[in-house]
Amino acid sequence: MSVLRVARSVYDAIRAHGEETYPHECCGALLGRATADGWRIEAAVKAGNTRTDSAHNRYNIAPAELVKIEREARSKGLSIGGFYHSHPDHPAQWSPTDFAEAHWLGCSYVITAVAQGKATVTNSFLLAGRTEEDKRFENESIELIETTEPADESLTARVESNKA
Amino acid sequence: MTIYIPTPLRPYAAGKDALEVQAGTVSGALDELTRTFPDLRKHLFTAEGKLRAFVNVYLNDEDVRYLPEKDTTAVSATDTLSIVPSIAGGCAVSHPFVRRGDRMDGARNC
Repeated sequence: MSVLRVARSVYDAIRAHGEETYPHECCGALLGRATADGWRIEAAVKAGNTRTDSAHNRYNIAPAELVKIEREARSKGLSIGGFYHSHPDHPAQWSPTDFAEAHWLGCSYVITAVAQGKATVTNSFLLAGRTEEDKRFENESIELIETTEPADESLTARVESNKA
Repeated sequence: MTIYIPTPLRPYAAGKDALEVQAGTVSGALDELTRTFPDLRKHLFTAEGKLRAFVNVYLNDEDVRYLPEKDTTAVSATDTLSIVPSIAGGCAVSHPFVRRGDRMDGARNC
């Protein structure tokens, strides 16, 4: 089983994001570095959920926003290693919709269940496989990393600017 | 110009996150990319040669699909091309016969 290593501050931030947007789904990107047994996530970038027509049970990140997030990741020497979103009043398990619309092979999809406005379970799933035709979600464990370094201020600023 | 390669496609591009190419148009740049890394082709294009529906290509900050000349748009050496697979999902069930409020197996699906 692969391991998603996440800075505790990032883990706390993505769970808090799910609470902020409740009863709507939140979403964002996870930036980090690839390691031999999984991603090491050092930052999260909140994204706007463009599915305003059904934000309680769907999310979509505008490709134009992804282009900007990738640009920012590159400037930090990081890569997009995954994405996160919340499931308001639903389990922290991938849905058929999550699977059908997952295309970032080799990346982690983190889902937080938010029950009545409170973040509960957070799970991560690796989108494994080599092609669209043989892709699959695999459970992966989450390991929290305690860091003493302050949060990246420029990323924090972007997070604020992206609030949906 | 520079073509930026997203994380999931890097294993098919010798691990590179970017490639410098010389091309006159967007499609020419993508051709050069897939000539350099042939394994990328099936990830970017359908068997009919069309860009896969979930693959977005941005010329600088513009979606190529919405440019007047689409992939025949001219490019210059300072332009960038970003390949961005779409990201979406959610706990909704897409099946048309499942009404809102119905639950699927809660252990696997929401």
